[in-house]
Amino acid sequence: MKLPEIIRGKVYVLGDNVDTDQIIPAQYLTFNPSIPEEYRQFGKYALIGVPASQGGLPKGHIPFHEAGDEFVSPYTIIVAGKNFGCGSSREHAPIALDAAGIKAVIAEFYARIFFRNAVNGGYLIPFETPARLIEKVCTGDVLRIELATSTMVNETTGEQFLLRSLGEVAPIIETGGLFPYAEKAGMFSPPSH
Amino acid sequence: MAGMTLTEKILAKHAQRARVAPGDNIWVDIDVLMTHDVCGPGTIGVFHKQFGKNAKVWDRDKVVIIPDHYIFTADAMANRNVDVLRAFVKEQGLPHFYDVGTDRYKGVCHIALAEEGHTRPGELLLGTDSHTCNAGAFGEFATGIGNTDAGFVMGTGKLWLKTPPTMRFVFHGELPPWLMAKDMILSVIGDIGCDGATYKAMEFDGQGVFGLNMEERMTLCNMVIEAGGKNGVIAPDQVTLDYVNARNKSGKKYEVTQSDGDATFEFEKVYDLSQLKPVVAKPHSPDNKAFVDELVGTRLDRAYIGSCTGGKMTDFRAAARVLNGHTVKVDTFIVPATTEIAKNLKTETLDGKSLEQVFLNAGAKIGEASCAACLGGPGDTFGRLNAALRCISTTNRNFPGRMGHKEAEVFLASPLTVAASALNGSITDPREYFA
Ligand code: SF4
Repeated sequence: MKLPEIIRGKVYVLGDNVDTDQIIPAQYLTFNPSIPEEYRQFGKYALIGVPASQGGLPKGHIPFHEAGDEFVSPYTIIVAGKNFGCGSSREHAPIALDAAGIKAVIAEFYARIFFRNAVNGGYLIPFETPARLIEKVCTGDVLRIELATSTMVNETTGEQFLLRSLGEVAPIIETGGLFPYAEKAGMFSPPSH
Repeated sequence: MAGMTLTEKILAKHAQRARVAPGDNIWVDIDVLMTHDVCGPGTIGVFHKQFGKNAKVWDRDKVVIIPDHYIFTADAMANRNVDVLRAFVKEQGLPHFYDVGTDRYKGVCHIALAEEGHTRPGELLLGTDSHTCNAGAFGEFATGIGNTDAGFVMGTGKLWLKTPPTMRFVFHGELPPWLMAKDMILSVIGDIGCDGATYKAMEFDGQGVFGLNMEERMTLCNMVIEAGGKNGVIAPDQVTLDYVNARNKSGKKYEVTQSDGDATFEFEKVYDLSQLKPVVAKPHSPDNKAFVDELVGTRLDRAYIGSCTGGKMTDFRAAARVLNGHTVKVDTFIVPATTEIAKNLKTETLDGKSLEQVFLNAGAKIGEASCAACLGGPGDTFGRLNAALRCISTTNRNFPGRMGHKEAEVFLASPLTVAASALNGSITDPREYFA
């Protein structure tokens, strides 16, 4: 993953404690993410476990996928509340969001394993926000995240918010994940062909 | 200089440092890596992609592979995943594989790890499952990781970790017979919330903890993840050593350690067990705590006794004590965590009947050792909630859809509460059976 300077797109808003069973329910875990065609399948089932009333806040009942593309969602950013990704250790969760086209999540904070998987696998950028954005942003708004300054602009309303800086995981995100990071740190050498 | 907590000491040792402090990012050496059928194929994929097709795992003796999640199903993809594990075990010549359909098949990975002697005090265990924290009961550092991390460990035997601060939970007094470790941990989760320990270690201490057997200690540590905890830990005592020494087949040496007297705990909460009442977690979160006596009479469609946190001998002994001689009013599913437990259900007796007979006489159904409906799984999974049913369960999670149907409602409770509720078809206070 090459780090972009700006992430821009439509936002899908979720509530607090969105757990991994909502992000990708257990019956879809039989796909093997290391096989590209099966990786793609995860996009189709991403967020399928979210109760309808909680999907696409503040109104709810907004589907994450649109007719015409069952794999990739028209939304590229998720804004959520507290404890995003709690529950199981399944890496299928950030994988499902990545496969559905999500580039960044902005949440108040994350469950530890989800955060770690998102960063170490290089699937998406998990930003943290000091403000409770789920009350300030509506599903469908167009957001622009500027990485250099950790700011988010809601282009639909013109409002601007400061996100927390990526801090100590920034070097891992910048290199693209655990393996390239460890290579730089001298902890891993890829096989020579 | 202040002392270190048990968690800090284990991490420092595995980072080859004299000391670590909360917040320190460290590279640690791993003693055991566990994976299963759900996350194994992805982990193996990462390993091969990054280290090459002909790469070998860092230490064959330290990789443990336990298929347990989707076992007794006709689902072709699920069965394919077990084949992926088989091929990898063969390619790598791995000795610690508990294959389905063989005498070695065990069932739920966390309990299998303990029973087969892969848990030892002072060690560092990682597993591709969030309930890997279960093994903290043995006085080791154990936590769950994803496929990428596990693929990295497979090739290098190392991983970077951030040292967590430790929260301490002290239980004074003795557990009365109508309460179990499940009531203790559901109280803690309800009190601090399902994010109350995010990024933190949770150490359990006090007479009430050291009075528990190893199965009950596992139930405590198993569910720290339901409070967001990174690991749960209990200092080893004679009970720990007796269990470990009886099962440590490899004879591997281990080091017993405990928190220093002057260690810094970021948070401390003290419980008096004589004041505790039976607890349930209401739908749809493990921290949605209520006391059973507030919910008495709530109608149920089903009861479920199983999983790593609720399907051990101690759990079944408790359930059998309540069910013995009575008949359940709702569908009741019994799922032993491991094949060893399944065997013991046939041999251990209560009033001259095997526990299995007690359950069958009560009208319960008994499934085969595996994760079964604890996490829903394929549609044909034993006990899965395939409709919007209301279930009371000894498992550890009740998020929407966890046991199958998105609209199903799951109440989490101890095996005593679940058994008593099964007999009435509604939530029932187990104290009624201890008059
Ligand atoms: S029994 Fe349930 S909680 Fe335990 S490992 Fe299996 S699915 Fe996970």
